[in-house]
Amino acid sequence: MAEAASRLAKKKLPLYKQRGFRLFLLILPFVLLVLALNYFPLYHWKNVFYRYKPGLTMTSEHFVGFGNFVNLFTNKYQVEELVAVLTNTLALSGLNILALPIPMAFAILLSELRMKRFRKSVQTLTTIPNFISWAMVYAVAYTIFSPGDGFLNRLLTSVGAIDKGIDFLASPNHVWLVQMAWNLWKSLGWNAIMYFASISSIDSELYEAAQADGAGRFARIWHITIPGLMPTLFVMFVLNISNFVNYGLEQPLVFQNVFNLKRIQTLDLYVYNQGIAGFSAANAMIVGVFKSIVSVALMVCANSFSKLIRKESVI
Amino acid sequence: MKKHRMSASDIAFEVPVALFFGLFTLLCIFPFYYMLINSISGNDLVKTGQILFFPREIHFKNYLDIFKLKDIGNATLVTLSRTLIGTFTCVLCTTFVAYILSKKELWLGRLWRRFFVVTLYLNVGLIPWYINMQSLGLTNNFLAYVIGVVNPYNMVLAKTYIESLPQSLSESAEIDGAGPLKVFFRIILPLSKPIIATTAVFTAVLQWNSFTDTLILMQDSKLYTLQFILWRYLQSAPKVPPVMGPGGTVYIMPSITSIKMTISMVVTLPIMFVYPFFQRYFVKGIMLGAIKG
Repeated sequence: MAEAASRLAKKKLPLYKQRGFRLFLLILPFVLLVLALNYFPLYHWKNVFYRYKPGLTMTSEHFVGFGNFVNLFTNKYQVEELVAVLTNTLALSGLNILALPIPMAFAILLSELRMKRFRKSVQTLTTIPNFISWAMVYAVAYTIFSPGDGFLNRLLTSVGAIDKGIDFLASPNHVWLVQMAWNLWKSLGWNAIMYFASISSIDSELYEAAQADGAGRFARIWHITIPGLMPTLFVMFVLNISNFVNYGLEQPLVFQNVFNLKRIQTLDLYVYNQGIAGFSAANAMIVGVFKSIVSVALMVCANSFSKLIRKESVI
Repeated sequence: MKKHRMSASDIAFEVPVALFFGLFTLLCIFPFYYMLINSISGNDLVKTGQILFFPREIHFKNYLDIFKLKDIGNATLVTLSRTLIGTFTCVLCTTFVAYILSKKELWLGRLWRRFFVVTLYLNVGLIPWYINMQSLGLTNNFLAYVIGVVNPYNMVLAKTYIESLPQSLSESAEIDGAGPLKVFFRIILPLSKPIIATTAVFTAVLQWNSFTDTLILMQDSKLYTLQFILWRYLQSAPKVPPVMGPGGTVYIMPSITSIKMTISMVVTLPIMFVYPFFQRYFVKGIMLGAIKG
């Protein structure tokens, strides 16, 4: 009764006097800011139908309808480049998905070790690369592999194995695998942390019972630890699927050069190279908009897949 | 697990596994060690590639000299200010928005909660984002570094945390006539220290490491950050200009190799120093994210 009465009293107040509306006014500046920074760019999607050059203002005179699409998809070279870009993105993301069990194996093996100090220091030291930027990862690559200053080249030269430094970073070979290796170097230790937590939450009685039944180390890992970690692996898998087309800009950007460009150019890098560094903003817009749409679709699919299998939404 | 002496099969397992982890750990830290010894060894030895495993002719002059280079000194200032200002404003505003959104009586609360969370998954694309920033006047503008004051990921973390606080505290303060701002600053903020620490270290690392925003938005070299300068030095070998010292003396700057090694160290050292102390916050952050995200 009392509640109903107070609700009635609240109803009578004009909106601007209501407590809830006052609260809203406090976050209104932030709502407007997020609207301007995060939502308003969607309005610029209309530019796919305009002749666009950076710095030019949009007027209806430049409206070209599907002209930009026709230009992009009827040009043989551009289509070829797009196919290569798609292949690179799928290959790099695909390799990352194949590599998903590696952090799990890392966590399982490390937690099997008995030296606690050693375990802790490995855990801490291997997570450091995760907290440096990709620009800094490139600096690491430079210090080890560059022809003049790189450790490896200096070492090989000083023992007389080679006369002149080899420019490993400019190599057009195995670009995908090399990038996967850098990604692993950066994120392996950090990604393992999630599995460490899951391992410590597995009921220790299970292990004791298994030991009493005479199960060896590998039997315990196979029948207890790995099944216990499957939910975490599944979540990582779903997250990776939903980010399949978003390989990210920074990694391929810092590692790209004229020699490996054909193999390293992902969708994001293509958009940057064409639209910001180059002069084909229209192509970059179209590819970018397609990418955004596919990315949302993948996210929805991955999420419903997760709901179907685990009755739980990941996103 | 029960302690007992290692059997032969234990040793056969542990030794190679430990060896593998030792090697991988070495792989993770040796590059930084190599940068360090090359930034503090005699510059001529470094230039001719004689420093491989141990430092020689140790000196720390490079760490003073590189800040005399105009671009690096300026970039250090820009990076420090964006990290400090950006972290402070972002954590404060994000926690505040999270607090208001956690209020049941908020007008159209469901809508606004959705409104902020959706930005986590909203991928508008690089070019529309760039055009938008340009039309807002945020290219070549320091404000662009610090204007994103509501981080949706941190907001979800903070909101979950604030919702777990006992309601009675803020309710009794409200009955005593305290407004939402007063409750936020006097009660919610002090109680939210753990989550603030977690979001603050994440934001600070993000700000310190940020690189693409400079690349895309800033043509004005006064707004370059350390990460960007580092990348530019690695990409090409710009000529090192002589620096005029006090009294018109001309400093001869260290060789380009020494400069590259030293900036790399300057960019990494803060992370190296901060990380071990804050490791538990990082781990807490990823766990909270795994539960809620």
